[in-house]
Amino acid sequence: MDRLTEYLFPKQVSTFAQDIDNLFYFIFYTSLVLLAIVTFGMIYLAIKYRFKKNDEIRLTSSTDHNSILESSFVIIPLILVSITFVWGIKSYLNMVTVPNDAIEIKVTGQSWFWTFDYPEGGSTLNELVVPSGVPIKIVLSSKDVIHSFYIPVMRAKMDVLPNRYNVMWFNAEQEGIYPIFCAEYCGTGHSQMNAQVVVMNPKQYNVWLAEVGSEDDDLPLDELGAKLYSKKACITCHTLDGSPLVGPSYLQTSQMWGQERVFDDGSSATIDDNYIRNSILEPQSQIVAGYQGVMPTYQGLLNDRELDALIAFLKTLKEDSGI
Amino acid sequence: MSDNHQNNYLTYPRGIMSWVLTLDHKRIGLMYLFGGMFFFFLAGVIALGMRLALATPEADFITNDQYNSMYTLHGAIMIFLFIIPAIPGALGNMLLPLMIGARDVAFPRLNLLSFYLYSLGAVFVIYTILAGGVDTGWTFYTPYSTTSTTNVIPMTLGIFVIGFSSILTGLNFIATIHKMRISGLTWYKLPLFVWALYGTSLVQITATPVIAITMVLLILERLLGIGIFDPALGGDPVLFQHFFWFYSHPAVYIMILPAFGIISEIIPVHSRKKIWGYKFIAYSTLSIAFIGFLVWGHHMFTSGQSVFSQIVFSFITYFVGIPTGIKIFSWMLTMYKGQVSFTPPMLYALSFLFLFTIGGLTGIFLGAVALDIHLHDTYFVVAHFHYVMQGGTIIAFLGGLHHWWPKTFGAMYNQTIANICAIGVFIGFNGTFFPQFLLGLRGMPRRYATYAQEYAEIHSYSTFWSLVLGLFIFIAVVNLLWSLRKNNKLDPGTNPWGALTMEWTHTTSPPHPHNFEEEPVLTHGPYDYDKVIVKPTFKK
Repeated sequence: MDRLTEYLFPKQVSTFAQDIDNLFYFIFYTSLVLLAIVTFGMIYLAIKYRFKKNDEIRLTSSTDHNSILESSFVIIPLILVSITFVWGIKSYLNMVTVPNDAIEIKVTGQSWFWTFDYPEGGSTLNELVVPSGVPIKIVLSSKDVIHSFYIPVMRAKMDVLPNRYNVMWFNAEQEGIYPIFCAEYCGTGHSQMNAQVVVMNPKQYNVWLAEVGSEDDDLPLDELGAKLYSKKACITCHTLDGSPLVGPSYLQTSQMWGQERVFDDGSSATIDDNYIRNSILEPQSQIVAGYQGVMPTYQGLLNDRELDALIAFLKTLKEDSGI
Repeated sequence: MSDNHQNNYLTYPRGIMSWVLTLDHKRIGLMYLFGGMFFFFLAGVIALGMRLALATPEADFITNDQYNSMYTLHGAIMIFLFIIPAIPGALGNMLLPLMIGARDVAFPRLNLLSFYLYSLGAVFVIYTILAGGVDTGWTFYTPYSTTSTTNVIPMTLGIFVIGFSSILTGLNFIATIHKMRISGLTWYKLPLFVWALYGTSLVQITATPVIAITMVLLILERLLGIGIFDPALGGDPVLFQHFFWFYSHPAVYIMILPAFGIISEIIPVHSRKKIWGYKFIAYSTLSIAFIGFLVWGHHMFTSGQSVFSQIVFSFITYFVGIPTGIKIFSWMLTMYKGQVSFTPPMLYALSFLFLFTIGGLTGIFLGAVALDIHLHDTYFVVAHFHYVMQGGTIIAFLGGLHHWWPKTFGAMYNQTIANICAIGVFIGFNGTFFPQFLLGLRGMPRRYATYAQEYAEIHSYSTFWSLVLGLFIFIAVVNLLWSLRKNNKLDPGTNPWGALTMEWTHTTSPPHPHNFEEEPVLTHGPYDYDKVIVKPTFKK
């Protein structure tokens, strides 16, 4: 069973993962039996009563019902689906009953990244950090279209809506780093709207919580920029190798430093520090010709030093920087 | 000679206008058939393009936007231009009057109008493709669909127009079944395909108006910002999902019930055996059509609807499973003490039984709320509905096409090639979609243009087998078309399967322009293989 589970499923990290996988196995094995009855029944009947070359065409049996057989087709599946239904609901109630002592983390979905706000202050982008063995309540909302917050290892998923809060919870039992996906289609960057959940032991978590954000203060600007580039999800839409993605590549922008950039309304501007700052904080005001104006504003998501860092990082990019 | 060609609806009357303005249900059925097959081919090619792009984790030769547009068009075209209209529009039109001994459907002009509305809708869809596609998914969820810069309006207008075609066909069939049966053909003597069309038509006329209204609201929201779905104006995007699935879940039964009807015809004929549990199959068709209206919420198990709604929708969902399960057992038991021939239609019907059983059983997994939370919007769902829609409906459609091909065209295809293709389609299909259950269990979300490395191996299997699947469907269709060459005509009296339904016993192949040369008289029931012997005749 364990090896099969390892093959079929992602790791069982949350407290209810095993129960859900067991529900799967219950349906799976009963389905296998039913499928075997249909398949072998069908093959047996088709072969036993096959029309052979030398057979005479004759009147065939008028048998077309059998009360015992038919009742069993109703009663047995009815029992099986009743068990499935009750099990499914019972486990589900467990999944929606948030323990009172849960730590509440606010998750905001936005095309195409996730922001996590922690109760003690501090926030992260595309990286959810949680302590192990403690119930975590996730409060979800979206800034634009509908997304869906999906952590396969927790067997947890919930749609992220723009007009109301949805709630889910889990209690992670095993430390590690696991993927988070967006499961509701949300446009161009949908398949890149990934994040990860880092499960730490509670002590580490407290240390991390105290330091969140501050650990970056000592880094040189360009190194901090390189870190923010992936941490703040710029990487989702902007490459470093010159190839266009959802937005223009950083490398291209860096190579064009000091030159004119043409926008989709026909106007243009010189690529300089102010242009970059403006592009990050008010991306809709200047849309590079040939691209869709889909970037969200980073107003409030980056402080001044972080803005400086991203600009410094972009300037360092060269053809052979090999990142 | 002139007398001869006047006995064939394909050759009489002559001239292009006799087709364009035809009121003959058979010709309208044929036009639906070729329209549907064209879109099946188009959406199939798009699907293969997607599978090729998904063969490796990176976006290889298409951009994310192109991928999103492709999967949207694949789904929308397959559903709205092929699966929904194909069986009722093509096989239903062709066969319904013949099966009940009628001269035509109740409203022939309305029938032609349906076809032209379908064509008009198709024009909108083709415009959408040429204008650069649409990227919302066939589900058009707001607020993405109200903000997307792609061609949402032409696409939804197309669906709106096609909806009317669907409603009018349903109306026509219901009137036809009630009023046009020959004397003595009581409800319990109807072929089950007719019952299936009846159930389908009921759903078409009751559910389709809802999608039409929803599409109009979506268009108004985009054009005028009326605010029904926009939270900024006090609307609710989840309301759209309720409207959408209130149609689209019953639409699943518009797609599958006619397939049930085809299987209920093929298995008795090719087993030369009275069908098992006639009344049960007939009534389960109606009960599935009814229950289908009450389960739309299971598409929204992760939307945050109330716990009470989740429980109720899960509960009712299982009630669809029970009648469906008994149907499967009934079809299986029909072979008991029969004379089973392994003809191409029968092979398709047997593979339907296997594939649809998997499709149905995997629905049980998804109906269990706690498990659905993990599987929702993953490839498990993709695999599930392809087992139902392709493994169910399209396999049944192919079976029906092979079954009624000699009736429709008076020509027989190469049966050996057809058998090989039926097996090839079966293998290719399982190879393509079975691995996708595993992808879903492992957490791969659907509608991803690129994906994590860990899923790469399984995706590459799926892509390989999808090419096999595509190839065999292509050969199967070419094999059918090849039979239409000159000098391959069958004797008009041909009944190659020894079938007992009226379209085989009371008229020629291909049928007379007026269906029956003289007023048909009911001589036996559709499944009286215990009372009447009709030998298969197969003459050139």
